[in-house]
Amino acid sequence: MGRIYMDHSATTPVDADIAQAMVKFMTEDFGNPSSIHSFGRDVKKAVEEAREKVAKAIGADAREIIFTSGGTESDNAAIIGVATANCKKGSHIITSTIEHHAVLDTCHHLEKNGFKVTYLPVDEYGMVKAEDVAKAITDDTILITIMHANNEVGTIQPIAEIGRLAKEKGIYFHVDAVQTIGKIPVNVDELGVDLLSVSSHKIYGPKGVGCLYIRKGTRWTPITFGGAQERKRRAGTENTASIVGLGMAMEKAVANLEQEVTKLTKLRDKLINGITANIDHIQLNGHPTFRLPNNVNFSFHFIEGESLLLSLDMKGIAASSGSACTSGSLDPSHVLLAMGISHEVAHGSLRLTLGKMNTEEEVNYVLEVLPEIVERLRQMSPLYDQNYQPKKECCQHV
Amino acid sequence: MYSEKVMDHFQNPRNVGEITDASGVGEVGNPTCGDIMRIYLKVEDNVIKEVKFKTFGCGAAVATSSMVTEMVIGKTIDEALKITNQAVAEALDGLPPAKMHCSNLAADALHKAIEDYKNKLAG
Repeated sequence: MGRIYMDHSATTPVDADIAQAMVKFMTEDFGNPSSIHSFGRDVKKAVEEAREKVAKAIGADAREIIFTSGGTESDNAAIIGVATANCKKGSHIITSTIEHHAVLDTCHHLEKNGFKVTYLPVDEYGMVKAEDVAKAITDDTILITIMHANNEVGTIQPIAEIGRLAKEKGIYFHVDAVQTIGKIPVNVDELGVDLLSVSSHKIYGPKGVGCLYIRKGTRWTPITFGGAQERKRRAGTENTASIVGLGMAMEKAVANLEQEVTKLTKLRDKLINGITANIDHIQLNGHPTFRLPNNVNFSFHFIEGESLLLSLDMKGIAASSGSACTSGSLDPSHVLLAMGISHEVAHGSLRLTLGKMNTEEEVNYVLEVLPEIVERLRQMSPLYDQNYQPKKECCQHV
Repeated sequence: MYSEKVMDHFQNPRNVGEITDASGVGEVGNPTCGDIMRIYLKVEDNVIKEVKFKTFGCGAAVATSSMVTEMVIGKTIDEALKITNQAVAEALDGLPPAKMHCSNLAADALHKAIEDYKNKLAG
């Protein structure tokens, strides 16, 4: 068995046809889309075609799409752009405790600059309640920003419900859809969103590119200055080859959605059922049904996640963990802690995220080696022989 | 990110286990932090004859525990007390900077086990 990659929520390989198509836009069609000559015009055409493809994939108009450097920039631009443009109307933002740091840290930044932010709690499955959003809304609220599905535990949020609330109250609604494109349907009108962040490298496109959807009429200001690109909304020469790659990746993600979901769900459930059947003292993190079709996240009691990752890596399996030891910080995953999972159980978490190249044989191999690895680490653990019972207390992170 | 020696000690940890009639036992860390190291010593004539460890933690935590057990066997109590966390890390050809503080506690666990042994003697 060769190396097995099960970390697709971290990044994906670029599809060969996409990589191949991109090369031409670095070597032959290298022009600057802002140039008036034919070199520039040819590339401008390709960029606009990519914009059409991206817009079509999420049910938007091409003029509502801005290309960015990726999901993080899109989140930053959405939140800061709305906050800045609407600061005279209000200064309150609603988000959740399980957002990606691209959203959380941006909100922290705004708090330092006079904005007020409500961080909504989640339930034990990592789900935000729409009624909590409703309760948090004040006359001062200008923006709600909630992710479509969580990147760590895969829980899908009630976005359409929150979208209706936001619309009723006339509050802008931003959604980070980085993890959902190509895995569940994403349509800006059906979800009722005003701004939506997309990343290319999670959907078999290149790294360093993404886009931000901004609904026509949204009061928003840019966060980059120095050029008239993207209709004066995102200064800087376009990352042309990558934009072409993103356009192709979005088109393929939507075209293959149904087929991918069927395949991924089958492999995911095989993994979940196999792990549950063969290993004791474990818990599935995230929602059992409102869950991304490619996400598996378990905590293995008595052991630590980095040791688990190193052991899997030695067997050729690439995965990730919410353990603090893999993040370089002292605290484990803020998502798992927000779900009320104790520190020690959060340290023992393992995330396997599937992709289109994974096979049933690979899943079988993981199911074969994982119990041995967990047992070996438990035999080494001072917590295991004491029959240590993890505390059930809520570790709401402060 | 880890040296070959760290990976070797992680993959093939030396002296894993417990000593039921240990002369001294020392434990550092807590599950909240993600690291617990427990060292068991068997001391005869002031010399460490046997040592075992159990560790919950990352690769560095396991490797430093394993390394300290190798370093300490056959040493006198006074010699063992001179082993520092820094010396353990150096014996492993170094640890990543982020691991130097959180997971490099094996010598502390050893010293606690010696303290426990001394307390029992005085006891």
